[in-house]
Amino acid sequence: MTQAEAKNVNVWYDSFQALKDISMTFEPNTVTALIGPSGCGKSTFLRLFNRMNDLIPLFRVEGLVTVNGQNVYSKDIRLDEMRKKVGMVFQKPNPFPKSIFENVAYGLRVNGISNRKEIEETVERSLKQAALWDEVKDSLKKSAMELSGGQQQRLCIARALAVQPKLILMDEPASALDPISTNRIEELIFELKKDYTIIIVTHNLQQAGRISDATAFFYLGELVEFNLTKKIFLNPDNERTQNYITGRFG
Amino acid sequence: MNTKQLKQRIAFSIFGTMSFIVVAILVIILGFIVIRGMSAISWEFLTEMPKDGMTKGGIFPAIVGTGCLVLGSMVFAFPIGVLSGIYINEYLTESWLKKFLRMMTNNLAGVPSIVFGLFGMALFVNYLSFGDSIIAGSMTLGLLALPVVIRLTEEALKTVDDNLRLGSYALGATKIQTIQKVVIPIAFPNIMTGLILSIGRVSGETAPILFTVAAYFLPRLPHSLSDQVMALPYHLYVLATSGTNMEESRPMAYGTALVLVSIVLIINVSASLLRRRIQKKVKMN
Amino acid sequence: MGKGRRIFEKVVTGVLFSSSTITSLTVILIVVFLFKEGISLFNSTPTEKNYVIAVSKVNTVPVITSNQLADIFNQDITNWKQLGGRNDSIIRLTVNDLASIFTEEELGPNLEFLPVKVNEYVKATPGVILYLSKSQLPSNFEGRVIPVKKITVKDFIGGKHWYPTTEPIPQFGIWPMIVGTLMVTLGAILFALPFGMATAIIMSEVADIRLRNILKPVVELLAGIPSVVYGFFGLVVLVPLIQQLFKLDVGETVLAGSIVLGIMALPTIVTVAEDSLRTTPRALKEASLALGASQWQTLVRVVIPYSKSGISTAIILGIGRAIGETMAVLMVTGNSSNIPTSFLQPTRTIPATIAAELGETPYGGLHFSALFALAIILFMFTIIINLTVEVIKNRNRRF
Ligand SMILES: Nc1ncnc2c1ncn2[C@@H]1O[C@H](COP(=O)(O)OP(=O)(O)OP(=O)(O)O)[C@@H](O)[C@H]1O
Ligand SMILES: [Mg+2]
Repeated sequence: MTQAEAKNVNVWYDSFQALKDISMTFEPNTVTALIGPSGCGKSTFLRLFNRMNDLIPLFRVEGLVTVNGQNVYSKDIRLDEMRKKVGMVFQKPNPFPKSIFENVAYGLRVNGISNRKEIEETVERSLKQAALWDEVKDSLKKSAMELSGGQQQRLCIARALAVQPKLILMDEPASALDPISTNRIEELIFELKKDYTIIIVTHNLQQAGRISDATAFFYLGELVEFNLTKKIFLNPDNERTQNYITGRFG
Repeated sequence: MNTKQLKQRIAFSIFGTMSFIVVAILVIILGFIVIRGMSAISWEFLTEMPKDGMTKGGIFPAIVGTGCLVLGSMVFAFPIGVLSGIYINEYLTESWLKKFLRMMTNNLAGVPSIVFGLFGMALFVNYLSFGDSIIAGSMTLGLLALPVVIRLTEEALKTVDDNLRLGSYALGATKIQTIQKVVIPIAFPNIMTGLILSIGRVSGETAPILFTVAAYFLPRLPHSLSDQVMALPYHLYVLATSGTNMEESRPMAYGTALVLVSIVLIINVSASLLRRRIQKKVKMN
Repeated sequence: MGKGRRIFEKVVTGVLFSSSTITSLTVILIVVFLFKEGISLFNSTPTEKNYVIAVSKVNTVPVITSNQLADIFNQDITNWKQLGGRNDSIIRLTVNDLASIFTEEELGPNLEFLPVKVNEYVKATPGVILYLSKSQLPSNFEGRVIPVKKITVKDFIGGKHWYPTTEPIPQFGIWPMIVGTLMVTLGAILFALPFGMATAIIMSEVADIRLRNILKPVVELLAGIPSVVYGFFGLVVLVPLIQQLFKLDVGETVLAGSIVLGIMALPTIVTVAEDSLRTTPRALKEASLALGASQWQTLVRVVIPYSKSGISTAIILGIGRAIGETMAVLMVTGNSSNIPTSFLQPTRTIPATIAAELGETPYGGLHFSALFALAIILFMFTIIINLTVEVIKNRNRRF
C-alpha cells in the first residue's frame, strides 16, 4: 500500500503555475528527498499533503493528492483530522513560546485529550523518539525558547510525533542548524523511518544522498526525475538531473 | 461536526456578528446625519452668514474659519513635521536620541486635546499676548497635528527601499542629495497622504480652539491673523447645546454636522485613492 | 567637497535637528505652563484675593481650613467647640449683613464709619466670623484675622465638593470628577474592548480580502469622525433613547458617555490589536494548524498569547483615548458635579469640566488655577498611560 500519492497535480498562485502535472507515490517506511533549485516548487509540493497552502489567498490546485488512500482535497474531509495524521517540521525551528512539556502536549490538547497520565506518557515517548528526552527530562517546565537551535528542532519533531502521524513532512529541517545538530537530525530521521514515512525537502545533496531511499528532482515546477536515490546520484537518466547533481547549475 | 469545529463556528459567528455591529454603528451614525442634514444643505446654507439667533441663514463664516485654521495649522505643522520625520528616520541610527524623540512624539500625541487648548491659551493667547486669534488657534492646532505628521512622514520614508539609498551613495551622492533626489520623490505621495489625513484630524477638533480662537457668533469674515473666527466644530457644539433657540436651530446643527462629516469622508476617500494609485505605481515598477 | 557645500550641509542638518526638537519642547512647555498656572491654587489661601476672615479676639481657634469654612457657611458647623475652640455658637456675617444690622446713618453715607462698627461688632460678639475685604478692615482692628489654611493636594484630589464660584469660600474638590472620568472610561472600555477585539480578530484571522476591504475603511472612518459629531449624535439620538429605555428624568448619564466614548475608542483598539495579532509569525500558526488545531484553537492558544503585549497596548491606548476626550462627553453626560453611584446618573469628567468652565473664568483667579490644576491631573493620567505603553513595548522587545 502506498502511504501518499500525488496524481497529475497542477498548482497555481494566481496566474503563476508553480507545479506542472506532478505524479509521485510514497511507500511506507521510506524517506523521499525532494531536491531542486530555489523556487522550483518543492515547498509548494510538500505542503499539498497537509493543505498548508490553503492559507494563501490566491492558491489553486488541480489533480489528486491522497494520504492513506484518502483524497486530501475532497470536500467532506475533516481538515484537522487529516492534518493530525500528517506531521510537519519546518525550516526554522518554531517552538511555541511555551514550556517544553506544553509544546509536545499541544497537539494532544487541541485534539481533545485531557487525561494527564496519557499526556505525560505521550510527551515522554515522543521526546525519547526525538532523541531529546535525556537532555530535557529534568527541565520540562523550562521555556522552549531557552533550548539551542538543534534542540528546538528536535522538540518540533517530538511535537509532530506526539499526535502519531503516519506521514511526516520536513521542509529543510536542518538548514538553519550547525553541522553537529544537523548530524543528530539526520540520525534521527534514519531512526524514524522504522515507524514513519518521511518526505524531506533539502538543498543539501549529500544529505539527500545519506538519508533518503528515493529522490525527486524538481525544476521550474516540473518533476524532472524521480527514482531510487542511488540511481539519481550515480546514474541519472536525465541530463538536467546530472547537471544539477554535479553542481553545473542550481 | 466535532465539538472543536462547533466551537470554532460559534466563536467566529459571534465575532462576525460583533464586527457587523461595528459596521452598523458607522452606517447608522453616517446615515442619520446624512438624512437629517440633507434637507438643511443648500447653496445659501453654505454661502450665507447666520441670521436670527443662528436659526436661519448659513454657516459661511464657520466654513471660512475652519479653512483658515486648517491652512494656518498646516503651514506650521507640515514643514516642521516633515523635517523632523526626515531627521528621525534618515539621520538617526537606533540610539537613545531616536528613542527619546520617538517617545516625546508619542507623549505629545497622547496629550488630550483639551490640554492643548489650555496650553494654547496660556502660551499663545496670554503669555505671547496674541489674544483669541487665528494665529493662536492655528499654532495650537498645529502642535496637535505635529505628532501625526511626524509619524506619517516616518512611515512614508520607511517604505523607501534601503538599497536605493545605498545605490545613491555608491554613485557619490551626499546624504542630502540622496534624500532630496531619491528618498523624497519616492516617499512624496505617501507624505501627501499623511498631510491629507492630518487635515482631517485638525478640521474636526473643537477643544483646542475653544479658548484660543473660536467665536460663538461672528457673522463676518476675518481680516487678519489676529481676528477671531467661527469654526465648524465649535459652531456645531454651540448649535447643539447653547443656541438661543435650540429647537429652531436643530436643522442648522444637522447641516453643520453633515458638512463636517463630508469633509471627513472626502479626506478619507482621497487619501485612499492616493494610496491606491501609489500601490499601482509600485506594482508597475 | 567645497567649503560652501559643507556649510550648507551643516545648516540643513541644523534645521532638521531643530525641527525634531519641537515636539519635546512642546511637551516641556506644556508641563511648564500647566504648572505655572495650576500651582498657584496650592500657594494661595482659598479666599478671594484681598479678602480676609475675621473673628473675635477671644476666639481660640488658631487656623481654619477651607472645608471648615464651607461647613460653617453651610451651617454644618454651628459652634466653635466643633473646631476645638470655645463654646460659642457661630455667628456668620458678610459685609452686606452688617448693612442690615446697622442703619445707614450709623455707617455713614460712604460707609466711612464701617471700620468702627466692625470693631464694635467683633468686640461684642465672641462667636462672630466675618468675611470682608482688606480695605474694609479697620486699621486698629480689635479682632483677629484668622489665617485660612492653603488648599492641599489632598483637599484638591480627595475633596468631594466642586463649588468653584461660591462666595465667600469656593471649594475645589475634584473627587467627583475623578470618579466620573474613571466610570465613563471603564464603561467605554467594557463596550469597546469586546467589539474592538472581535473586529480585530475577524480582520486579521478570518476575513478574506473583500471583507477586509470593507472593515478597514469602516474603522478609519470611525476614527475620522470629529468628536463633536459623536457628541451631537449622542445628544440627539442616544440620550433620549436612554431616557426612555430606563425611564429616567434625564438621559444624560454615565452610560451615554460610556457608549459614545466606547465607539470613539473602538478604532484605536481595533487598529492596535489587529497590528499586533498580525505580528504573530506565520510559522507558529502553521505549526499549530499542522498539529490538527482548528483556527480558533490556534487563535486562542498561540496567536493571542503571542500578541498579549500588543493587545494590552491596545487596551491602554483605548483608555487613553477615552480619558482625554472632551467634547463628546461634555455633550452627553449632563454636567453634574455629584459623585455618580450608578451608570444611569449624570456626571462630569475632568476634560468636560475644563471645557465647560474655563470660558467664563476670569484670568488668574483661583478658579482659573484650579482648572489648570485639573489639566495637570489629566496630563498625568496620559503620561502614565504613555509610560505604561513604553514599558510594555520595551519588555516585549527583550524576548
Ligand atoms: N504565496 C505565494 N504567492 C505567490 N507565489 C508563490 C507563493 N509561494 C511561492 N510562490 C511561488 O511559487 C514558486 C515555488 O515556490 P516554493 O516555495 O514552492 O519553492 P521552493 O522550491 O520551496 O524554493 P526554496 O528552495 O527557495 O524554498 C516560486 O516561484 C514562488 O515564487
Ligand atoms: Mg521552500
